[in-house]
Amino acid sequence: MVGAVGLLELLCRLGVIPNFTVIPPSAMAQSLWKLLASGKFNADIAATLTNVGIAIVASMIVGVAAGTILQSWPAARRTLDPLFATYYAVPMYAFYPLLIVIFGLGDLPQVAIGFLLAVMAVIINTLNGLDRVPAVLLKTARVHGLGFLRTAVRIRLPCAAPYVFTGFKLAVAYSFIGVIGAEFITSSRGIGYEISFAYNNFDNPVMYAMILFILLLVITVNMSLHVWEKRLLARRRRA
Amino acid sequence: MRYPLVLLVLILVVWEILYLLVGDVALRSPAATVQALKTMLGDERFPPHVLETLLAFAQGFAIAVVVGLLIGLPLGAARFAGEVAEPILVALYSIPKVTLYPVILLIFGIGMPAKVAFGAIHGIVPISIFAMNAVRNINPTHLRTARAMRLSFWATTRKVLIPAALPEVMTGIRVGFSLALIGTLLGEMFGSQRGLGHLLMQAMSLHNIERILALTLLLVVFAAGVSGILLAIDHRLHRRTS
Repeated sequence: MVGAVGLLELLCRLGVIPNFTVIPPSAMAQSLWKLLASGKFNADIAATLTNVGIAIVASMIVGVAAGTILQSWPAARRTLDPLFATYYAVPMYAFYPLLIVIFGLGDLPQVAIGFLLAVMAVIINTLNGLDRVPAVLLKTARVHGLGFLRTAVRIRLPCAAPYVFTGFKLAVAYSFIGVIGAEFITSSRGIGYEISFAYNNFDNPVMYAMILFILLLVITVNMSLHVWEKRLLARRRRA
Repeated sequence: MRYPLVLLVLILVVWEILYLLVGDVALRSPAATVQALKTMLGDERFPPHVLETLLAFAQGFAIAVVVGLLIGLPLGAARFAGEVAEPILVALYSIPKVTLYPVILLIFGIGMPAKVAFGAIHGIVPISIFAMNAVRNINPTHLRTARAMRLSFWATTRKVLIPAALPEVMTGIRVGFSLALIGTLLGEMFGSQRGLGHLLMQAMSLHNIERILALTLLLVVFAAGVSGILLAIDHRLHRRTS
């Protein structure tokens, strides 16, 4: 990693890669630092993060709920199965114009794209996890006379937690991809918009600074989730 | 065969209801969309765009498969390198690759190479992740048996390694197919004067709903169709090995 960045820096400084194509990483970092310090893009960053946050939370709630219901309703599940299998093959951005007309030009279409991309990962992983709940535990629940909701909250979901967590991780990634991608296509604010605006104006320092910002942000979030998951799994194994 | 049919009817009903709800501003009915698609397919200016997209997609996907396997298979064989590389690959997977689009455009310029590159970078990572796991999860007993039988390196590869890893690799290729297609289309949407993605973007800015829906329908049918075939192959491979 360090080697790759160093090589890029060297190539840019030596002029092998022209400056209007890629600027040296050190210049990117410097420009990013200046932009963050000036607070020029704070509103955009806040807008994007809010949208991503809403998409994540909504997809988690809807996904887990839908997964739990579908798991106990086999006919519906078998009907929807082909949809699940081909869902991610469909270019979701093609629905963007439709969403704009339905939700208007505000932030909602972006959130909707993030949500649509994320929710299926949560549903699939929730189903996957619920399928692996040991039958003994369910029988115990029945012996104790627990209702559907309490069985779900007390037994099914905790058992399925590792799988749901995988779904959660994917939901975070897909929400970022969906929201930022949608901002790219059409929107008037947000990080994706700023990048495409800077690109159209040949404003390389701003563009690369924002790209670097997103890369660092997403990688940090992802790595933290990875570490958190490892820790949760380790505790589970000990218990 | 019954369940997919029910699903199809369900989708059509939801579509029709949605159409009745939002009206002509945002949507057309399923019948009108199919009609529009027919007219579009009949237009002689249309096939070159399809060809352009297919060509870009085929190249991008081919590069993604070759590079993905070249990265993934060795990483699966070398356990330590794989463990180091896995979080990096997963992080790369979760990056919104649209943000890299300006970089790719500046490097390759507008046109075919940029689209191919964009399709390829979308597909490479998932294919390499699946290929890595495929090799890593090969039952060690199989390898030991091969050694006990004194199979040569090539015989081991051909008779043991490939059949054992193929189902997982196939799953990766299936996922990579979808993503490479999305990547190619995204590439066309932002920086291209031809192809289905460009047409879609054009229809969007002209607010030509009929066109948008017809293109979307075409893409969805193509993606779902190929994905269904790959899924069937995938299932068969998995069943054979288990």
